[in-house]
Amino acid sequence: MSNYFSPFVLPFLIGVIALITICIIKYIRWYKQFNRVQKTLLLKNILSWKFLSAIWETVWEALFHRKVFKRNFLLGYMHSSIALGWFLLILVGAVETELAVNGPKPFWTGIFYRYFIHDPQAFKHAAFFAHLMDFILLYVLSGVILAYIKSIYSRLFGMKKTSKHVVFDRFTKFSLWLIFPLRLLSESFTATLYNNGGFLTQGLGDMINYTVADVLEIPAWTLYSFALGTFFVAMPFSRYMHIFTEVILIFLRKWGLSENEQVSGFTMYELSACSRCGICIDNCPLYKDLQLQGVQSIYFLRDLRYKRPKEEIADNCLMCNRCMAECPVGLDLMTIRRQMRNKKELDTDSNYKYIDNLQAFNSIGRVVYFAGCMSHLTPGIVDAMLNIFDKVNQKYWFMDKDKTICCGRPLWQQGFSIQASELRRKNTQLIKQSGANMLVTSCPICYQSFKKEYNLPIQVMHHTEYIHGLIKSGQLKVRKDDLKVVYHDPCELGRGCGIYQAPRQILKSITTLLKTKNEKDKSLCCGYNLGNTVISLEQQTKIRNAAMDSLLSKHPDLIVTACPMCKKAFKRATDCNVKDIAELVKENMIL
Amino acid sequence: MTNFGFKISNTRVIHLDECKMELVRKLYKEEPSFKRCISCGACAATCSARQFTDFNIRKLHTLFRRAQYEGVQQALKACMLCGKCTLVCPRGVNLRSLIIHMRKILFEANKK
Repeated sequence: MSNYFSPFVLPFLIGVIALITICIIKYIRWYKQFNRVQKTLLLKNILSWKFLSAIWETVWEALFHRKVFKRNFLLGYMHSSIALGWFLLILVGAVETELAVNGPKPFWTGIFYRYFIHDPQAFKHAAFFAHLMDFILLYVLSGVILAYIKSIYSRLFGMKKTSKHVVFDRFTKFSLWLIFPLRLLSESFTATLYNNGGFLTQGLGDMINYTVADVLEIPAWTLYSFALGTFFVAMPFSRYMHIFTEVILIFLRKWGLSENEQVSGFTMYELSACSRCGICIDNCPLYKDLQLQGVQSIYFLRDLRYKRPKEEIADNCLMCNRCMAECPVGLDLMTIRRQMRNKKELDTDSNYKYIDNLQAFNSIGRVVYFAGCMSHLTPGIVDAMLNIFDKVNQKYWFMDKDKTICCGRPLWQQGFSIQASELRRKNTQLIKQSGANMLVTSCPICYQSFKKEYNLPIQVMHHTEYIHGLIKSGQLKVRKDDLKVVYHDPCELGRGCGIYQAPRQILKSITTLLKTKNEKDKSLCCGYNLGNTVISLEQQTKIRNAAMDSLLSKHPDLIVTACPMCKKAFKRATDCNVKDIAELVKENMIL
Repeated sequence: MTNFGFKISNTRVIHLDECKMELVRKLYKEEPSFKRCISCGACAATCSARQFTDFNIRKLHTLFRRAQYEGVQQALKACMLCGKCTLVCPRGVNLRSLIIHMRKILFEANKK
């Protein structure tokens, strides 16, 4: 044992012990905050085969950073070289030690391998391992160099705006950046003295004067150990807590855990799993079009983690889901945002007695049509849908024809969950009593609400899905038009519910659909989304104009969308015709 | 008396000295777009809750503006926050935010 100990190991040792202790304490505390459902799920699934797919995902996402690679090659390379490279350094180092030393040895031997094992022929393939370790170190160092470059010129990495970190995070980052150059330096000094390096360290070592190396060897190893120790102690309190937490989060998700209406232990795991990479900043319309800073998910989560939640920041979000779609860790950002909007005292007894008198219409064998509040402001959509129902001889009950109960999602999004549940209860009661077998809605907000927040026993469809079904089964025949159109994916329908294909299929059967730069999950929010109550109309308009410019860049004859709100937003600002998909279908039905 | 569906309001006097104008000022500060309101009533005309009951958002924010807070807090709870009023407002008043802020301000004032 004493063969493998030197005083400079101590900073590293203390760091590791502190790191493990703090992490275990934190994880146990968060585990205790799980609610009953989450605990049951965890205990039920912990021994299932799901851990295999979790390991697979860990390798792909937490080590290789596949999602970041898809976004930008350099950015992905930078992340994966540091994560995967460091992991390999530890892993291969451990294998190397195992081969070189028989019998018991302290766990840090692999970390300081070159210092403790001087014999370049310690085992059969020692030279190969020396080169391999050097290669991995070079791989990590290339990532660190890229990280330096990124902090100066981030555009090279496809990022216009990078995150602004707190001082402590920057301090931790510098200790991380120091680890690998110091390792290179100390290994080179040792290589000068004992000729036990690989191509890189030996090459560098041969250039160094023997006396210099002799003097500086121990200080270099000590600094390396200090850098490691500092990083390990700082890690659990900095953004680098994501390194372990992200892995745990992947497992928790595979075991079926998810965010809840209220803050739970799972939220704590998610907050710490955010690496503050800043990918959400460029994608946030509030930054992109309004240059608002400090409200993006990265800053919001950071403030939450350090217990400085600000109400206004929680409210200042369009809930367009864009950041969630781009998040490489896949955090449930919208739910966390909503948890913090909780209106607590305000959200008590409501004054909704007036809805009690509504009666359901006996709709056995019929379809319930729920236009949604916003569709009442775009009567063209409602008219088109009713025409389509008539055309295919589908009997319907127009549920909110003249007395509209809101679906509850706008309230729910703003944190009035009790009041929202009252509206949901009434709507559910009406729909169940009607005896209908299908609900069709024209508003993506209502659609998402019915689909996710309600627990309806019948099928729920957005009108794009419904019309697509009719066309596919041949019940509805449409003629081909010679219009060139672009389609705008509404946030709630696209990113919210994943409906991208149905509207595109419909459009392809009627018109020529042009591809746009921002489509599907990259679609831009029209700005009129109900999620945000903080920004002003002028600011909304700016966001809308940016989305519209992106659509108009293809010079289409017609902008098609599937959301009354988006339609209303665009219609106000452009000479180009704007139509809902239902209206287009109605005009092109073959009578 | 015959019910015509409307009634004549009683004569009222607003004592400006007794009004708690600070709440109104706070509201203007929290939601500056409210300054642009011309009380046209488009918000109340389109309101979903209005179709069921005598909930009248124009009346409520006008009362608030005049520092006549009585009953406003309870009445505001009838709002479903659907956002039609915000969308139709010709002056770009952020009514959803206005409603939430009115409720917040009144709640805090009544708590004291």
